[in-house]
Amino acid sequence: MATSPRLDAKIPDGQLSEKWTKFRSTVPLVNPANKRNIEIIVVGTGLAGASAAASLAEMGYKVKAFCFQDSPRRAHSIAAQGGVNAAKNYQNDGDSVYRLFYDTIKGGDYRAREANVHRLSEVSGNIIDQCVAQGVPFAREYGGLLSNRSFGGTQVQRTFYAAGQTGQQLLLGAYSALQRQVGLGNVTMYTRHEMMDVVMVDGKARGIIARDLISGKLERHFGHAVLLCTGGYGNVFYLSTNAMGSNVTAAWKAHKKGAFFGNPCYTQIHPTCIPVSGDHQSKLTLMSESLRNDGRIWVPKKPNDTRPANQIPEDERDYYLERRYPAFGNLVPRDIASRAAKERCDAGYGVGASKKAVYLDYAAAILRYGRVEATKRGMHNASNEELQVMGKEVVKEKYGNLFDMYKQITGEDPYEVPMRIYPAVHYTMGGLWVDYNLMTTVPGLYALGEANFSDHGANRLGASALMQGLADGYFVIPYTIGAYLSGDIRTKAIPTDAPEFVAAEKAVQDTIDKLMSIQGTKSVDYYHKKLGLIMWDKCGMARNEVGLKEAIEEIKALRKEFWSNVRIPGDANEFNPELEKAGRVADFLELGELMCIDALNRNESCGGHFREEYQTEEGEAKRDDENYAYVAAWEYKGDSDYELHKEELVYENIKIAQRSYK
Amino acid sequence: MNLTLKVWRQKNTNTEGNFENYDVQGISEDMSFLEMFDVLNERLINDGKEPIAFDHDCREGICGMCSMYINGSPHGPNRGVTTCQLHMRSFKSGDTITVEPWRAAAFPVIKDLTVNRSSFDRIISAGGFVSVNTGNAQDANALPIAKEKADEAFAAAACIGCGACVAACKNASAMLFTSAKISQLALLPQGQAEREMRAEKMVAQMDIEGFGACTNTGACEAECPKGISLENIARMNREYFGAVLSSKEHE
Repeated sequence: MATSPRLDAKIPDGQLSEKWTKFRSTVPLVNPANKRNIEIIVVGTGLAGASAAASLAEMGYKVKAFCFQDSPRRAHSIAAQGGVNAAKNYQNDGDSVYRLFYDTIKGGDYRAREANVHRLSEVSGNIIDQCVAQGVPFAREYGGLLSNRSFGGTQVQRTFYAAGQTGQQLLLGAYSALQRQVGLGNVTMYTRHEMMDVVMVDGKARGIIARDLISGKLERHFGHAVLLCTGGYGNVFYLSTNAMGSNVTAAWKAHKKGAFFGNPCYTQIHPTCIPVSGDHQSKLTLMSESLRNDGRIWVPKKPNDTRPANQIPEDERDYYLERRYPAFGNLVPRDIASRAAKERCDAGYGVGASKKAVYLDYAAAILRYGRVEATKRGMHNASNEELQVMGKEVVKEKYGNLFDMYKQITGEDPYEVPMRIYPAVHYTMGGLWVDYNLMTTVPGLYALGEANFSDHGANRLGASALMQGLADGYFVIPYTIGAYLSGDIRTKAIPTDAPEFVAAEKAVQDTIDKLMSIQGTKSVDYYHKKLGLIMWDKCGMARNEVGLKEAIEEIKALRKEFWSNVRIPGDANEFNPELEKAGRVADFLELGELMCIDALNRNESCGGHFREEYQTEEGEAKRDDENYAYVAAWEYKGDSDYELHKEELVYENIKIAQRSYK
Repeated sequence: MNLTLKVWRQKNTNTEGNFENYDVQGISEDMSFLEMFDVLNERLINDGKEPIAFDHDCREGICGMCSMYINGSPHGPNRGVTTCQLHMRSFKSGDTITVEPWRAAAFPVIKDLTVNRSSFDRIISAGGFVSVNTGNAQDANALPIAKEKADEAFAAAACIGCGACVAACKNASAMLFTSAKISQLALLPQGQAEREMRAEKMVAQMDIEGFGACTNTGACEAECPKGISLENIARMNREYFGAVLSSKEHE
């Protein structure tokens, strides 16, 4: 297999461990006087966007940042719970840059690019340093040093955390850095603005069309470069752990302007979410993977067992993850834990009213922590009741906010009864294809964080999304963007009355007018829910050829119906959340089809992509390295017309092997 | 369950608003308060009417976007939750529920239940940060911080910036919000260098934005979905007066 000539990953030469250091020392620079004349547009203000916007502004570039929320602090990175990985080896448990690199490549089922992942590992430690310097209050031990915990797919403790609110604290750190630059006048912040399209001038990205969501007015903005930090597309499934506003629109518009879309079918289904309770459900809530540090997952050994959990004796419980994967137990990677839960439920062992749930049980952990506390306090004959009280205190300290959240949503107390959990769509490994510099196939257009496809292969490990978002924004783009902008120092700002800007704005206006003129009979949500069901049933945790082919036809039909029968109330020239949703769902209706095409093309199972036709006898994912060790980068050629380009994945430093956590 | 909703409708910032009544039927107690609004909006759209505009995003209590004033309380009757975490099992069939936007001069209404809270961003811009550029940091463990201090700083940093404290206050004061950030950074060694300047600038910005004064009623703490403590306000006052006394600008 040869890499398509259209995909130059620009990976530096040399030893893996020296590539980034050498690159940083030799990448062309832009001098301070020239930086002042260069404008950069950053779309999205989550971890990737806020950290990039702040860092670039600190360096002297003129930055314009955009978010659709009312404040940059509300980007969905805020909801990340468990933690952020870094190869600090503070626990002296054998961690290293290489080990984090290796775990990430293996966790991604050998479908990520070696050089990018190694760079991610190298800068991971700097992230923790930077965040602490900003005043991010990470969890600490009594000695005053930083605390760590374990996440899935690793055998070391390298996850830094702030209770169950790590994403919030990291984002508020990046947000404060961003707001500092806003105050200094180095960043102009546009809140409640949505990017509607990329503006191309002479084959390069030179700006965006944005819609002011309050007035409805379209605006033209010039930039020497455009950075998309717009997150993932999990909301194509309607029900996911994403925020209601999370969307693919910016990335999709870029795709239609020439940016290839990488591995769109790689979706992460997170194993521990609160199960669906009814048709009214608008989103799903994650229970952090950190809960698998101490919680034990089980189902009854008897099918259709209707006894309450605490009446099922120990020997009638099947701790299926510990049974199937003794080496990693409850801490297997997410794709494996999710499939195992689905397998048990499909086989009739599920619990709860819907039978689509498994137990996540804290009884053993409460008792264990109770004993530890009793020892600490010198209580040698502590009663069971005392052990329970002390154990619950420890669990509360570690996971209190998650337990509270579970109780608010379900009305059940997880300190007393096991939680019921089920997998849900959480993250998308796929995204815009980028080279080593994070540039898409469109010159001057970059993608950072979850919006790109780069570092997680076919499955992301827990606590690695925060790491990647901040790595891209703080420590990668500030260097790599110099490679492009150093050639652009003579480019004067292009006036926004240039014909390219006028034409791009007109095209956006035409689409809005078309949407508003339909005045059909069904709401936007009606179509979004229908699309979500198709995707979940046929392009979700398990896929097969027949289902995918059906899904493609069903999505096409649904898209046609949407464009002839959607109803958007109100006016386009005012605050109109229904119109915002309509634009996003229109893009999901195209992306969904491409996801199915990609899943159909990939005749193997790997990571989060599980094709039922390709599995081992034990039901594990069966990769086909001979034919599919490549990144599928799709080029948009027109309505329902995509051309596949392949980037061969070459492993020079890791021996590619069947992934085993047994 | 069946409910009557009395909801504030306002076309935009420049028009007057008024309450309108809506009957909603067949609500499940497992729905969140916002999902109940989804049901109502779906019906309004199907009836050819304009849905009610309200802010929301993460729907898991952390983004701080949702902001409904329900039966006289920000985020409704339950303590320690945001509107999106309020479930209908907290109400009875037959209830009449009044829903308004946050009311404060510094939070102008954009439409219906949606308000503009960008004043909060400007308060942070005034000084709610540590001035440390990317790449300036030393090794994270080179700076041990006592666990108690770190925990206290975390408790203050847990603020989600929703503005319930302002909505709860009869003076529409932003003291709890501002003090939470000042406290977090005053408690940590990283925040010491800019400590005095931070307190002065953030308080000054709070006044410029038109937030009211604090009269110590404690309503903000009681209504805060994240349990941000009044102690932060006391600490901010100490920081502020200390700063003013020693400030060169005031000599």
